[in-house]
Amino acid sequence: MTATLLSKKQNRLPRILEHASGDKRFKILEAHMKKHQFKHDALIEVLHKAQELFGFLEDDLLLFIAYKLKLPASRVYGVATFYHFFTLKPKGRHTCVVCMGTACYVKGADKVLAAIEEHAGIKAGETTPDNQVSLLTARCIGACGIAPAVVYDGTVTPRQTPETALEQLKGWTGHGH
Amino acid sequence: MAARTLTIDGKQVSADESATILEAATDAGINIPTLCHLDGVYDVGACRICLVEVAGVAKLLPACTTRVSEGMEVKTDSERLRKYRRMTLELLFAERNHVCAVCVANGHCELQALAYTLGMDHVRYEYCFPRWEVDNTHPLFGMDHNRCILCARCVRVCWHIEGAGTKNVSGRGARSQIISDLNQPWGTSDTCTKCGKCVMACPTGALFDKGATVSEMERDRTKLEFIVTAREKKQWIA
Amino acid sequence: MDIDDLNEIAQKERAARKRYTLRCCMAAGCISSNSKGVKEALEKAVKDAGLEDQVEVRGVGCMKLCCQGPLVQIDAQGEGATIEISADGQGPLYQKVTPEDAASLVATLKGGKTTVQRGDPAHPFFTKQLSIVLANSGYVDPERIESYIAADGYQALHDVLREMTPKEVIETVVNSGLRGRGGAGYPTGLKWGTVAKTASPQKYVICNADEGDPGAFMDRSVLESDPHSVLEGMAIAAYAVGASQGFIYVRAEYPLAISRLQTAIRQAKQYGLLGSGVFESPFNFNIDLRIGAGAFVCGEETALMASVEGKRGTPRPRPPFPAESGLYNSPTLINNVETFANIAPIIRKGAAWFAGIGTEKSKGTKVFALAGKITNTGLIEVPMGTPLRTIVETMGGGAPDGGRIKAVQTGGPSGGCIPADALDTPVDYESLSKLGSIMGSGGMIVMDETTRMVDVARFFMEFCMDESCGKCIPCRAGTVQMHHLLNKILARQATIRDLQKLEELCDMVRNTSLCGLGQTAPNPVLSTLRFFRKEYLDLLVPDTYGPRQNGKAGAPPAAAPGR
Repeated sequence: MTATLLSKKQNRLPRILEHASGDKRFKILEAHMKKHQFKHDALIEVLHKAQELFGFLEDDLLLFIAYKLKLPASRVYGVATFYHFFTLKPKGRHTCVVCMGTACYVKGADKVLAAIEEHAGIKAGETTPDNQVSLLTARCIGACGIAPAVVYDGTVTPRQTPETALEQLKGWTGHGH
Repeated sequence: MAARTLTIDGKQVSADESATILEAATDAGINIPTLCHLDGVYDVGACRICLVEVAGVAKLLPACTTRVSEGMEVKTDSERLRKYRRMTLELLFAERNHVCAVCVANGHCELQALAYTLGMDHVRYEYCFPRWEVDNTHPLFGMDHNRCILCARCVRVCWHIEGAGTKNVSGRGARSQIISDLNQPWGTSDTCTKCGKCVMACPTGALFDKGATVSEMERDRTKLEFIVTAREKKQWIA
Repeated sequence: MDIDDLNEIAQKERAARKRYTLRCCMAAGCISSNSKGVKEALEKAVKDAGLEDQVEVRGVGCMKLCCQGPLVQIDAQGEGATIEISADGQGPLYQKVTPEDAASLVATLKGGKTTVQRGDPAHPFFTKQLSIVLANSGYVDPERIESYIAADGYQALHDVLREMTPKEVIETVVNSGLRGRGGAGYPTGLKWGTVAKTASPQKYVICNADEGDPGAFMDRSVLESDPHSVLEGMAIAAYAVGASQGFIYVRAEYPLAISRLQTAIRQAKQYGLLGSGVFESPFNFNIDLRIGAGAFVCGEETALMASVEGKRGTPRPRPPFPAESGLYNSPTLINNVETFANIAPIIRKGAAWFAGIGTEKSKGTKVFALAGKITNTGLIEVPMGTPLRTIVETMGGGAPDGGRIKAVQTGGPSGGCIPADALDTPVDYESLSKLGSIMGSGGMIVMDETTRMVDVARFFMEFCMDESCGKCIPCRAGTVQMHHLLNKILARQATIRDLQKLEELCDMVRNTSLCGLGQTAPNPVLSTLRFFRKEYLDLLVPDTYGPRQNGKAGAPPAAAPGR
């Protein structure tokens, strides 16, 4: 088993670089790294850009970044998994972020979240099997004045209730219970 | 190079200004318990076992990273410190699966030894019983995450002595984990040089030589110090 | 750029003011209630009414009363305005404005009537405020540097560079009595002095805008409403301590603040107010943005610096303090957004003016984000020493729907809950810490009688557990065990011994953790235990297996006095 794994890994980097040469997004990413002069301290900036371009950070992408910034792969992986903003798995077509900050919590964000979880059949942090909706929670989006707030596809929406949230979700999934 | 005079547990001690409390105490023959500290690699002050009381400072300070200063009065042992140290160990034992009876490092384990010397005879917290994996893909070594205490010694030797950067910590909080490269099986790592320093550095049975069975995993830490000293003092240059 | 250029820009900007200004709130809270649509509709309505030469529609920063957004207020200058102007020069304030309301709002300028809900600028929510940090918020256009310059912006930086030595600047800050607004309240001048005295060819100034406390949005409002005031404060600090490079570490969750900061930095560079040779002096100062990626622990200064260096945001033991050895091992000054925003006003108006506001040990004002179970949610800035009751009852209007306030939580996961019977406490660093809470960065969450305090404690413990970086054992494993014990209590499965275990762990984690996150993680538990111990005791079950007291199963002891 070890032998097959070894031969696989040795082909990995050239394969990624070849793949990258045909993908415009890698070019944009490399230009971004160049803007930061390929400095090590730009790693988080580069990961932000990579996630913006690709939606999530897959292994090949992390290896590409490690190679270009001349950083050990373990460092890139360690940083990418430390920060909650980065995701290593693909997201659904829609994202729903329920703010669970204190203000939202005391105003019933937990009930909104529970309703969504039940409706979509997934837990926070997961994506529906049909890849339609990713459900996430945030630690506070700073919209406490309009609590509870939920972010649907990047749009902050004020004063949510389980009912309004489900309505929004039904619009996405196209089926109601 | 200037000398500093301080008191440790009532004993007058002199140390170089660059020395840490731990170094000054060790020189003076005073034992401060440690866990994440490893001679030869830099200190991170993470395990909080070596916390000491310093007169005039409200907070407890880690002996391994705090530098000595003139007139400092250090207390390395008190009822309070012993209690905190025992509790820290209890938390560690409850966090992952430390079962000495079936461990390769039984009898050669720093965690076990500390529990003996600090008198931690039982754990009052609920065991978490997490299901961590055992990585046996490396041809020479194995890694059992169940026995890992996240001291990051292996990470430090891998980066700063071997310079390979294979090991790192991923995730955070209780979900932190020691990884190889992109969290891949150790055996598939591109960067591992198979030098074995991480295995030498591990305080528990988390990293072990393949083939070792219960109680057989003994380590030779002097090797690490030997390499570091040789490098710093350039002893091997012909 | 010299002082004449600056004054010319200010004069030009002031002269361009039209007869009416429709100020439309464009901070994140109102934007999420479609204030963008309102602004566009207003612009169109002005055009349709042919009033373009008389009316300016200006997108401004936070107008504070977030719960009633989107907010629009009309200013008038000159004689014969058709709208009513109050004695203190305030025009009418409109609440919950929709794009459909735009036409009727504009019509009022021609003597028309509107049915849009009117706000009351004379309400204590507004009149009890004293704005220093938020002075420009809701007035200047955050996306135009000229608007800030017209409000005396960058005057202080000019005066500092031309007329003051770095030592004099630090003395001014020391004399003002300003203390760090990030939570701990360390004297700002002292910090600056330490960085200034540490000899090094390279020094850094960092603005901590990683506002992580759930329930706090003051820094975001400052950045969104008046980004230049932060840049100016940082530049003054850099001159005082001898730094040439600055960083602003801002949360990725604040996209609007990030884009406004980017705009502000670009404009300031264009005008020669940042970059090399600021105000044609030998002083160079650059500011780069660093975007956080969702890690609360990065609000801790050593973790923040690790993150700026592109590493995992784990803290390291102090000493050495950042003032001696910080970013890239160079002396580094780290201050919070609100601290920097106080600097330019202090320079402009003098240390004595600032020291005259607030209490003996806590000078100036503090911005709070008022949220939770309270009628008026939003942003307030009050002098230090204002009683909590004034804030939550007079200004905030108490709990909505006839509810009664039970407690006020300050300081986020590092703070505590202040019970309703302590509402007369003046808000300053010392008084709050005496109550087992902290000033914190300024989140203030009001809780009413429906809130269960043990649940609140668990909420914060879960937060700390999830946000623990995992480096030190007490925080990593201790928060897990404390969270477990709180769950057990809430599930009515815990005994008095579990409660004792919890208290013992609180003490241990507080005293042995590496950084502020762990050291303060037990605070919400400790403070709720202190004031609401009965709620815990009520959830306990008799200790059947524990040590028997004269044959009786361990009855819960009477509430112990708080520590």
